[in-house]
Amino acid sequence: MTAAAGGPDAADLLTVAGAVVSYRRPGASALRAVDGVDLRLAPGETVGLVGESGCGKSTLARAICGLEPLTAGEIQFRGTPVRPLGLRRRPAALQRIQMVFQNPYASLNPRRTIRAQIELAREIHPSTAPDVAELLAMVELPADVATRYPHEFSGGQRQRIAIARAVAAGPDVLIGDEPIASLDASLQAKIATLMKDVAARAGASLLFISHDLAVVRLIADRVVVMRAGKVVEAGPTGQIWSNPQAPYTRRLLAAIPKADGLGTLPEVLELED
Amino acid sequence: MSESQQFPGAPIDLDKGVVTVSPATATSSTAAPACATDGIRISGLRLKIGTAQILDGVDLVAPAGQVTGVAGESGSGKTMTGMTILGLQPPTAQVSGSIRYDDRELVGLRERELNKLRGKHIAAIFQDPTASLHPMLSIGTQLTDHVRHHLKLSRREARERATELLEKVRVPEPRAALGKYPHQFSGGQLQRVAIASALACDPRMLIADEPTTALDVTVQAGILRLLRGLCDDLGIGIILVTHDLAVMSSLADTIAVMRHGKVVEFGSRYDVIRTPQHPYTRSLIDSLPDHQGVR
Repeated sequence: MTAAAGGPDAADLLTVAGAVVSYRRPGASALRAVDGVDLRLAPGETVGLVGESGCGKSTLARAICGLEPLTAGEIQFRGTPVRPLGLRRRPAALQRIQMVFQNPYASLNPRRTIRAQIELAREIHPSTAPDVAELLAMVELPADVATRYPHEFSGGQRQRIAIARAVAAGPDVLIGDEPIASLDASLQAKIATLMKDVAARAGASLLFISHDLAVVRLIADRVVVMRAGKVVEAGPTGQIWSNPQAPYTRRLLAAIPKADGLGTLPEVLELED
Repeated sequence: MSESQQFPGAPIDLDKGVVTVSPATATSSTAAPACATDGIRISGLRLKIGTAQILDGVDLVAPAGQVTGVAGESGSGKTMTGMTILGLQPPTAQVSGSIRYDDRELVGLRERELNKLRGKHIAAIFQDPTASLHPMLSIGTQLTDHVRHHLKLSRREARERATELLEKVRVPEPRAALGKYPHQFSGGQLQRVAIASALACDPRMLIADEPTTALDVTVQAGILRLLRGLCDDLGIGIILVTHDLAVMSSLADTIAVMRHGKVVEFGSRYDVIRTPQHPYTRSLIDSLPDHQGVR
């Protein structure tokens, strides 16, 4: 669906055109996890990519990082095609795409100090990276965190460290793949806002993937809704919220529970297909 | 305390440093409502593992026919409270205080006596149905085994009952579902199966620990509606443990907010969400993405 791309068309930082990722399954037909997705990311923009489990949003994010080979279509970053990551180092140009993963317990190296992990990322910064203390300050952590190890921190703190590390590499595109899903509800909005602010200060665009629409609404300029590998709707956040076009988007929005104290049960709208 | 000894539920957390008020200054009344027959009444519940005080005097009343919410962040003791009601606290834990179920005291009850209550009077569902159901037993077996034990039904009667239960929780094609295994269901369907299993012996209380946290919003909406229906139609008392205040606001009638092993605020859903008295509760509400819309 080409209308899904939408948004600013001039000087796109990242373009995804007709991306298809399919997995072979023994004894069954191939599964098209991403099924012809078009997406554009302009400089400095925050795009929320939402959808339910298995809609292909994480697979798409991994493909953008080169972690998943495309079956068809193309992903370009500043005019350079993104090729799947092999054994060799990523080309320098593509190192400007950085990712923050869902589980900070798995994405940080348990055997290295926080400083060592952030220093590693600073090495690939194209110019001068802020020093470790500054990076930690950006994510509201004290400088003495640097000498400690991941196991000494809570989930929320680890995710802050993961964000600091991603920003240390001087990214132009920051991808958050469900970065708040494993955190306490009271932390989710905070970490999401922090990630947006940090990306903005670093001059990076943010592709924020989440199934939590309430949080996406808070930080995204544009929202892209995926279902079964396809983009069903895309547009400015306010418009998607006030006037969703696709029945699937309406169903997603109706299902969000509201903390209004009134005991309103969320709606389950039926889909026709 | 060295870092390695730290209890995982109580991490050093700078994110929570904003609240400085002592949890001992519990606001609102933690006292019991007047009519609390047929339910669970917890008072002064304390639980200690080694030197860590996990529960530090929990008071909570969960009447039948109502949804009693227990909110709080990781490590607040909300899950441990639910597990202790079931007598499923870690074996090394030292428990004191009182958990009354009708006129029975559950703290210190012998395993044999507990087994008569668990499943039959007090049932539970957990966050991850793929972990709470046995992967190698068919749904039919998992829905009939405890029924035959507790209700002394025959195999055929138990299967009939299982089919009805799956209908009640709206699992499609219930009869065929009995022959299937957990991996053949989606997460939402599996949670429905887990709920059916919990309901099988007509329990009067259901402990639902983060029942929708692992599910998509649309699936969550369906499960919340199902739980509300069970409470309203069957008069089951539900203790809903969740960190998600939006879910809490949708389903709970009364809400207890826990922090550091204590209930810091307890009141009606509307009061706790709309006019929180304790600063900690207020900070939880303020951290919600849509709190501006509520004020």
